[in-house]
Amino acid sequence: MPTLIIDGEEIEVEAGLTVLQACEFAGKEIPRFCYHERLSVAGNCRMCLVEVSPGPPKPAASCAMPVADGMEVKTDSDMVRKARQGVMEFLLINHPLDCPICDQGGECDLQDQAMAYGNDGSRFLENKRAVEDKDLGPLIKTIMTRCIHCTRCIRFATEVAGVPELGATGRGENMEVGTYVEKALSSELSGNMIDLCPVGALTSKPYAFTARSWELKKTESIDVLDAVGSNIRVDTRGPEVMRILPRNNDGVNEEWISDKARFACDGLRRQRLDKPYLRKDGKLQPVGWPEALSVVGQKLAGTSGDKIAAIAGDLADAEAMLTLKELMDSLVSPNIDCRQDGTQIGEGPRAAYLFNSTIDGIEDADALLIVGSNPRLEAPVLNARIRKRYLMGGFPVGLIGENADLTYKAEHLGAGPDTLQALIDGSIRFAEVMKGAERPMIIVGTGALARPDGPAILAQSRRLAETVDAVSGDWNGFNVLQRAASRIAGLDIGFRPGDGGRRTNRIIAGAASGDIEVVYLLGADEIDTSALGNAFVIYQGHHGDAGAHRADAILPGAAYTEKEATYVNVEGRAQQTKLAIFPPGEAKEDWAIIRALSESAGKKLPYDSLEQVRARLAEIHPVFADIGEVTPAAWEAFGIEGDIESAPFRNPVTDFYLTDVISRASETMAECTAAARGGNPEKTGTDG
Amino acid sequence: MLQDQDRIFTNIYGFNDPFLAGARSRGDWDGTKDILAKGREWIVEEIKSSGLRGRGGAGFGTGLKWSFMPKESDGRPHYLVVNADEGEPGTCKDREIMRHDPHKLIEGCLLAGFGMGAHAAYIYVRGEFYRETEALQRVVDEAYDAGLLGDDACGSGWKMDVHVHRGAGAYICGEETALIESLEGKKGQPRLKPPFPANAGLYGCPTTVNNVESIAVAPEILRRGADWFAGFGRQNNTGTKLFNISGHVEHPCTVEEEMSIPLKTLIEKHAGGVRGGWDNLLAVIPGGASVPVIPKSICDNVLMDFDALREVQSGLGTAAVMVMDRSTDIIQAIARLSAFYKHESCGQCTPCREGTGWMMRVMNRMVAGDASLEEIDILEEVTRQVEGHTICALGDAAAWPIQGLIRHFRDEIEDRIRKRGGAAQAAE
Repeated sequence: MPTLIIDGEEIEVEAGLTVLQACEFAGKEIPRFCYHERLSVAGNCRMCLVEVSPGPPKPAASCAMPVADGMEVKTDSDMVRKARQGVMEFLLINHPLDCPICDQGGECDLQDQAMAYGNDGSRFLENKRAVEDKDLGPLIKTIMTRCIHCTRCIRFATEVAGVPELGATGRGENMEVGTYVEKALSSELSGNMIDLCPVGALTSKPYAFTARSWELKKTESIDVLDAVGSNIRVDTRGPEVMRILPRNNDGVNEEWISDKARFACDGLRRQRLDKPYLRKDGKLQPVGWPEALSVVGQKLAGTSGDKIAAIAGDLADAEAMLTLKELMDSLVSPNIDCRQDGTQIGEGPRAAYLFNSTIDGIEDADALLIVGSNPRLEAPVLNARIRKRYLMGGFPVGLIGENADLTYKAEHLGAGPDTLQALIDGSIRFAEVMKGAERPMIIVGTGALARPDGPAILAQSRRLAETVDAVSGDWNGFNVLQRAASRIAGLDIGFRPGDGGRRTNRIIAGAASGDIEVVYLLGADEIDTSALGNAFVIYQGHHGDAGAHRADAILPGAAYTEKEATYVNVEGRAQQTKLAIFPPGEAKEDWAIIRALSESAGKKLPYDSLEQVRARLAEIHPVFADIGEVTPAAWEAFGIEGDIESAPFRNPVTDFYLTDVISRASETMAECTAAARGGNPEKTGTDG
Repeated sequence: MLQDQDRIFTNIYGFNDPFLAGARSRGDWDGTKDILAKGREWIVEEIKSSGLRGRGGAGFGTGLKWSFMPKESDGRPHYLVVNADEGEPGTCKDREIMRHDPHKLIEGCLLAGFGMGAHAAYIYVRGEFYRETEALQRVVDEAYDAGLLGDDACGSGWKMDVHVHRGAGAYICGEETALIESLEGKKGQPRLKPPFPANAGLYGCPTTVNNVESIAVAPEILRRGADWFAGFGRQNNTGTKLFNISGHVEHPCTVEEEMSIPLKTLIEKHAGGVRGGWDNLLAVIPGGASVPVIPKSICDNVLMDFDALREVQSGLGTAAVMVMDRSTDIIQAIARLSAFYKHESCGQCTPCREGTGWMMRVMNRMVAGDASLEEIDILEEVTRQVEGHTICALGDAAAWPIQGLIRHFRDEIEDRIRKRGGAAQAAE
């Protein structure tokens, strides 16, 4: 371990660190623009210059200089101060001083560092440079005159997002960052460039000119639009969510979030269910809570349990699912299911439906097989982690299912279960790769499991995992990639059919045939709601989407930004959202609605506070007592051997931007879809 | 003065056949196999003791540079890269070598490549040198056909390949790491150092980048011995050197001379003297556009070598001597150089990207006198803010000519500003 002297203090640091990291370790602040710990070192902004001896008598870029034993570093000498002042001056001469109208104002690295390290006046008497703005699509607004050429966005696109679409053209002061041929970025992670941009060159297009950073209330929460459980910060002003930003969590999302997590928040303002409704004379009419609860309560109480069914959707939280399950239990209805897509998982041990390797664990794997999934669309942040591992080298990736550009090289092995069998038999070459790997990893997606022969494919996947020794010692390389934020919690709670109970498809069939008379949809919109026959449909949720459209009674609930709720991510990590704003109108937190409903149905649940619900959750499953942590699941046999059809796997997500009620209500997501489907139609000049 | 028998480049004016037959008659490829037989160590040591310093401008010991290459390969191939991206204003020595004496370069590639354990050499030729590239390719083909290159180069058993690669016309690609980037097919922008090319250069492998002239003189040094080469010039500045003399002289020329020759002698003997006589001299840029200008008072006595020119706060650079007589608008001359550096800055790092444009614009106003006296000091300070703060030396190169101008011709700038100010006042 090299020892060096930083500003007179001796410090021992790990070998291989850079001087900048060592200085941070010593508690010295080093200003920087281009350096970012998750991107490669560019060393081009020259803001992090420090004095290093022994060495040439000129300041050195600390971000790019490795530490050496006996090195003496000065971070605050005259030479360093002068160098920083000089660089700061150069950065500002061509930077428009438009902070008052810049969205980055208040959270701008350039602004902050100019205050700390810059001059108090300008000596630059020439004209400033102006740069034409680029159109990078519906998410990122560009004001390229503000660009300081740190190339963070270029490096992010190339390295993390895996879409080498950005670059610098031109030389010297004519250098411009752009796509060369103008086009929207084709990344699901592009929004992170906005966070990375140290100035106001790349800002959020939907958020443009809507708020100032200092007027926002910041609430730390969890994203639920995919199953990764990215940590987010919800910025609100008054009753509105203004924007969503990522929060660092090295175990989950590092510091990235997907574009859907970031930009679908305008969907929280539209199509909202803000009062209870009852269908009267064939039309949904707004009613008060007492009336709604009593009508629905009587309906539930007056129907025999086996004729009642409940389906929990993809955004349902653990508290609501628990209370609904207990309500259904008390109504003696075994017909409950949290798997609205029909995925047949959850019957066996917990390891059968978790992402057992954990997201962090991806970096330890040395071979990967993806079955029936497109992680780029189903979990972009997790996919970025796979790419990160891929870039470290020595990571062969095989793909069974629909072939797609995953942003890393993946060998397309085949389309369906036959290929999976071939891997078990060892009759294709990739079998050797998996067997030869020390920590092979298998990711099975819902595209493989949401089929009638799902349990058999699950068993087949387990057999493959055992054949290639994917589970050994402390390594569990068997992973199921869920898409829904609610799914793991639902399975952990046991929100699935009881003895003799109906699964989702049989609930729907039962409703169509009249065997099921009351269907309770807890935010379940992605089922065929038109096939529910004459059943009385209760829809509890926050958006007027397919479920509400078909409903006979609507109980307005809260979206994830409006409630304190627990979700369990793909890895089995319980995390909690926080209330950032109140639900609109008369909408309520979901568990409280069910608790109130249980009373009017004459089956009062014993919960009067969220704490009581959470205590019960912790009783049912230890995961809910251990917020933020992942407990490895024991490996046991699972899946049901059976006939397997050779039909190819179909990926469940075809449009990344429109997967749930929130993103479908979002104008921004609609624009993204349009852009992804072939760009904006040409303007004719007569369209205003 | 250098005797004819001591010249290395005996066909620099192209009076004779530049190709294989002609080259052989001038002694090229003579006993190459025997030199190779003396071994890798011997070659590097011989170049070291000859005192040869890099001819591309920085003057780093060539033998020392070669010795930085790993002695044993760790599995990665070693590469020799020849920097033929000669773009320094005023400089045209490598061009003459490639045109008229190209076999010296190819033979040098073999010997230098062998000396550093490289089986492949890339010659990166300036994009504008179209004919030179053609000539070079022809020479390489000839060498292959004659068995001088290839799997068994010169019958030595050493495999040596030489590839000629054309650049696309960027001055910055003459910087060794930008050249490597460009050779790899990327945008030509200098890399951060460390790692140095000797550890991780072309394709991440140990690489040495040398100037054309450095490589082309190597065979002759090895043939005639280090002592012969070290016998020219002053200590630490040994050898012979190609000088390009241009500007206000009677006969602009390229000439091979002994190092440490007095500048005045060089100009008077070879270029026919300054136009209008030595007393008509205003200033000289002694080593290509990047080095500071020196006024006549220094030119009177200065020697043309690395150390002597450094003592007078200039540099030998590429030894391209640009002579300016009293008719020159020295401010405009330097402003033109500022425009060059602004145009050629790669734009990667801040001080150079922003500083070159700023300096050029202020210089342009200085030409017209449209500035205030304080701005001279501001300009000087801006050059100091660029110098030493950039990734590569282009920032330094952009700063030094202006520093030289202000150091020696401050009066001229001030006069012009005052005159313009007076004229402006009179106009009111």
